[in-house]
Amino acid sequence: MKEKNVVIELFCTFARIGLFTFGGGYAMISLIQDICVEKKKWISHDEMMDITVIAESTPGPIAINCATYVGYKMRGIAGAIAATVGVILPSFIIIYLISLFLDSFLEIDWIASAFKGIKIAVGILILDAAFKMIAKMPKKPFQMTVLTTVFLIMMAVNLFSIKISSITLMVAAGLCSLIAFCVSNNMKREGQNL
Amino acid sequence: MIYIDLFLGFLKVGLFSFGGAYAAIPLIRDVVLHYGWINDEQLAYMIAVSESTPGPIMVNMATYVGSMTAGIPGALIATFSVVLPAFVIIILIMIMMKGLLKNPYAQAVLRGLKPCIMGIILAMGFSMIMQNTVIKEKLVSPDIKSVVVCLVLVAVYFGSRKIVKFGISPIVLICIAAAIGIVVY
Repeated sequence: MKEKNVVIELFCTFARIGLFTFGGGYAMISLIQDICVEKKKWISHDEMMDITVIAESTPGPIAINCATYVGYKMRGIAGAIAATVGVILPSFIIIYLISLFLDSFLEIDWIASAFKGIKIAVGILILDAAFKMIAKMPKKPFQMTVLTTVFLIMMAVNLFSIKISSITLMVAAGLCSLIAFCVSNNMKREGQNL
Repeated sequence: MIYIDLFLGFLKVGLFSFGGAYAAIPLIRDVVLHYGWINDEQLAYMIAVSESTPGPIMVNMATYVGSMTAGIPGALIATFSVVLPAFVIIILIMIMMKGLLKNPYAQAVLRGLKPCIMGIILAMGFSMIMQNTVIKEKLVSPDIKSVVVCLVLVAVYFGSRKIVKFGISPIVLICIAAAIGIVVY
């Protein structure tokens, strides 16, 4: 019985987190920290740090990473599913309802002009997200070269509709970095042998 | 088959979106434009809607695209597949490879991935603003109104950080932009 209660509690708690975090990602981390570390004591501060690092180095929404981690830690797979479904469900319902009427909504004149302004704001938000990430990145020559090259390629791709997918660039960048690492490792080893 | 396309498309998004929501936006753009599900214009609305509603942006966008293209089943499939890679990877990390991310080779790959993602996001933001202000159908034709709106929004968004601790939230910026849009256009 107690087992079941925790699963339900995980679901409800993460549903609440999913319902009240606007803007996703980092806003969610502070709420998860508040609830899971301070109030429920499901995980420790150190674990919360671990989750943040893992979330940043793995793909997928940070909220999902956190929910899966906490849920799995508490009650294994069942807990992980309960927490993950919980965190998604509120926004799934809301977005589904919106998607039903947004198109006809946009045909109204003043709403269409409102969205003209909003489009520019969205661009600014995306830039801001990029600036924040770049501020946290170590600015070594390698990182800066990759950043600039990719930026220039993607600008050309976006503005002139050239077909290169961003996934191709990501795979290339990851491979380059891996090769550079292996080569410099080998050179170090040979240096030690001499 | 639309369901399989949705599943594979959003699985790719979920698998390559290192670095959170904004890293996923260019990937989603790739996928939806490739299949012709929605255009750039609708994508911008979608981002605004996803920002202004609760929940992870990536999941919101998957639900939205899925629902627009194939109703409830589409929404379910797209949402499921965008979440699946993150879910599986976290569980794998917890079960057997807590040390995996500290592995020097994994670290080396991530060192290359991260600046690449930032470059992609940066280019996405810049080209989005340019397409709405100074470029029309691949030609340079500045729209004075939009340029002014853009400058005002930048001033408000970044200027507010000097006054309030964290500045205004993205939702407030979207509301201000909507109000300005109604007045100007």
